[in-house]
Amino acid sequence: MPESTERGALTEAVFYILLSLFAPMHGYGIMQNVNTLTGGRMSLGAGTLYGAISTLKNKGLIALHKDNERKKEYIITPLGKTAVAAEIERLVELTENGRRIIGGADA
Amino acid sequence: MKLIIRKAYWSYEKEEAWLNEMSGKGLALCDYSWCKYTFDDAEKGEYIYRIELLDKTVDHEKSRKYIEFVESTGAEFVASYMRWVYFRKKAADGPFDLFSDIDSKIKHNTRIYVFWLMLAVMEFSVVTLNFVMGFLYNLTLHLILSVPLALFGVLFLSISLRSLCKLRTLKKERRVRE
Repeated sequence: MPESTERGALTEAVFYILLSLFAPMHGYGIMQNVNTLTGGRMSLGAGTLYGAISTLKNKGLIALHKDNERKKEYIITPLGKTAVAAEIERLVELTENGRRIIGGADA
Repeated sequence: MKLIIRKAYWSYEKEEAWLNEMSGKGLALCDYSWCKYTFDDAEKGEYIYRIELLDKTVDHEKSRKYIEFVESTGAEFVASYMRWVYFRKKAADGPFDLFSDIDSKIKHNTRIYVFWLMLAVMEFSVVTLNFVMGFLYNLTLHLILSVPLALFGVLFLSISLRSLCKLRTLKKERRVRE
C-alpha cells in the first residue's frame, strides 16, 4: 500500500478529473473527457468542476500547466498520481470483495 | 420581439423551472433586474437555464473568474442581480447542470440558506429599531411601518428555514452516496 496520511475514498468526480489530467487539459476538456470515459453517464457540472479544480490545486494533486488567454490548462502532479494509484487499489479491493460475495461473472 | 414580465420568486428552483418552461415555449430570458424578466424569441426549448448564488458580488475578481470559466464550458452568462447569476446553455449541447455532486450542491445550498437568514436578521433588526423608536418618541408611523417590515422578516425567515430543510435532506443523502 502506498504511504498516505490521508486515507479515504476519492469522490468519483475527483477520480475522473485526476484521471483526465494525465494529459494536460482545460476545464471544458475535462468535462468532455469524463463524459466520454463514462459513456455519457457522468456529466460534470461547471460549478462542481471549478470547485474541485481549486481544491485539488491547493492540495497539490494537480498543477497549472499553461495559462493561455482565458483557458487554463492543468496537469496531474506526482502526488496526484500516487492518489490515483491508491484509489485504484481500493477500487480493486472493493470490486473483488463484491464479486466474491455476491458471485459475479469472474467469481 | 421583447416581452417583459414582472414577477417575484422566493425560490430560485421554482424560478429556474419557470424560466425553463418559458424557454420551452420559445421565450428565452435575455435580461433580468429586480422582479423584471425580459424575454427574447428563440426556438422552442433552445436553451436550458440555471441560476446560481455566487459567494461574492458579480463584479468581484473571484466571481469574474468563475463566470469566465463557466462561459468557457459553452454556457452563456445571461444576467445578474446582486450575487444571483443566470446562465444558459443550448439544449442541443446536452444536459446542463452547474452542480453534479451532492457536496457541491450542499455548498451552494448553504450559501442560499445563509443569504435568506441574513436578510431575515437584517429585517428583524430594522423592525426592532423602528418599533423602539416609535414607542419611545410616540411615532405612530414607525409603529405602523413595523408591521409590513416584520411580515417580510417572517417571509425571509421561512425561506431560510425551507433551504435548511433542503440542506438537511442533502446531508442525509451524502451519508449514503456522493
